[in-house]
Amino acid sequence: MNINFSLIIESLPEMLMGFGITLKLLFVSGFLGLILAITLLLMRLSGKFYLDWPAQVYIYVFRGTPILVQIFIIYYGLPQFDTIRESIFWPILREPTGCAILALTLNTGAYVSEILRGGVLAVDRGLLEAASALGMSARHKFIYITTPIATRIALPAYSNDVVSLLKSTALASTITITDMTGIARTIVSETYAPYEIFISLAIVYMICTFGIQKLFGFFEKILSRYTIREA
Amino acid sequence: MNNSENHPLIKMSIVNKYFGSFQALKNITMEVFKGEKIVICGPSGSGKSTLIRCLNRLESHNDGQIFIDGNELTDNTKDINAVRREVGMVFQSFNLFPHMTVLRNLLIAQRLVRKTSKEEAIKIAMQYLDRVKIPEQANKYPIQLSGGQQQRVAIARALCMKPKIILFDEPTSALDPEMINEVLDVMIDLAKDGMTMICVTHEMGFARSVADRVIFMDEGEIVEEAEPAVFFETPRSERTKAFLDQILTH
Repeated sequence: MNINFSLIIESLPEMLMGFGITLKLLFVSGFLGLILAITLLLMRLSGKFYLDWPAQVYIYVFRGTPILVQIFIIYYGLPQFDTIRESIFWPILREPTGCAILALTLNTGAYVSEILRGGVLAVDRGLLEAASALGMSARHKFIYITTPIATRIALPAYSNDVVSLLKSTALASTITITDMTGIARTIVSETYAPYEIFISLAIVYMICTFGIQKLFGFFEKILSRYTIREA
Repeated sequence: MNNSENHPLIKMSIVNKYFGSFQALKNITMEVFKGEKIVICGPSGSGKSTLIRCLNRLESHNDGQIFIDGNELTDNTKDINAVRREVGMVFQSFNLFPHMTVLRNLLIAQRLVRKTSKEEAIKIAMQYLDRVKIPEQANKYPIQLSGGQQQRVAIARALCMKPKIILFDEPTSALDPEMINEVLDVMIDLAKDGMTMICVTHEMGFARSVADRVIFMDEGEIVEEAEPAVFFETPRSERTKAFLDQILTH
């Protein structure tokens, strides 16, 4: 088989036109997902069953179902309800992008909240006892001791989830969104050259992943300054 | 609140503490007066750490009463934090906040709990760092210090809160032998200054020279309580004798 390099060169700029949409899906759902994750985390840590329990059910449901199915339920399922079509959310849910962002947010929120909880649980209990012994309140302990330490501990696993989210954005192409994958699929259907197109698409995703890894590596270095012995 | 001179700073009466079905403290009754130095010793699992952890409610007792400077320790969070302000604690594993510099370790509770102004808090922090003889380490992170230095910072951190009592929970047990003395020196210095101290420790030399009373615990009970001279020379209980034989033979 011959690889058609000129086709790659021609189609790359076209695919990159979808880069903006891919980034938008990643950043918007990543940001909203993090807020959701923190909310779920606080519910789980509250020690109140009526907050903890719903959060657990939520996490179980969203981790227990494929994200593609979640996207389909939101995109094809929600408009069936009159109340949704009449609600203030309809302008968002009418658009496939809104549906994709909603699905990605709900999904990543469930995963990230568990990642953050792992970080919180890994904070040395002795430090919290020391803070208690100094008279610090529960809120102060959470803000000044737990949060900074748990963030450092959770960061590697969190960066993993962001990479995973990047690749999940490709699923948005199944509901007519023209992200990089969506454009690639269109080009393939026109050129019948799946190898060239999908391999170059894969490389573009790898480059994005590299960027995310570097970014988080930088954050990790900053947050881990105090774990290094020499000044 | 009673401020009379004869009022004990710490009063425990018939305190019991259970972990599940295991009884960690049995009918503990004791009083500690201002300026007293108490050393608590005993075999591991005898309840000595649990006892002092009940005094600032890191553990809650199941029955009996504990009064700190006249205030009873109960479930009320506000009261607990008020008591904790008066009771400093130094831990076996130092428990310095690893993500803060030495100076910030000394500032954080002053600022948040005592609401001290920043300038004042820094002044106090540097004064106590001087006192534990490591002012030059103020801007380092705990991991960059030796174990002995970390423990001295932990003592300084407790002192910054101007506590009326300091509890020491095996402060030298996690240290390399050559660092034990630098920590004991700081503790002796505090003792000379009249600080009320309760120390769980196996440092019998320290007990002999500093303690007003030595308390020996075994299986959750106070077995014997005496001045160091009496305690070490003429222990009454067989259990105390057996314990002293074990730790003093080497």
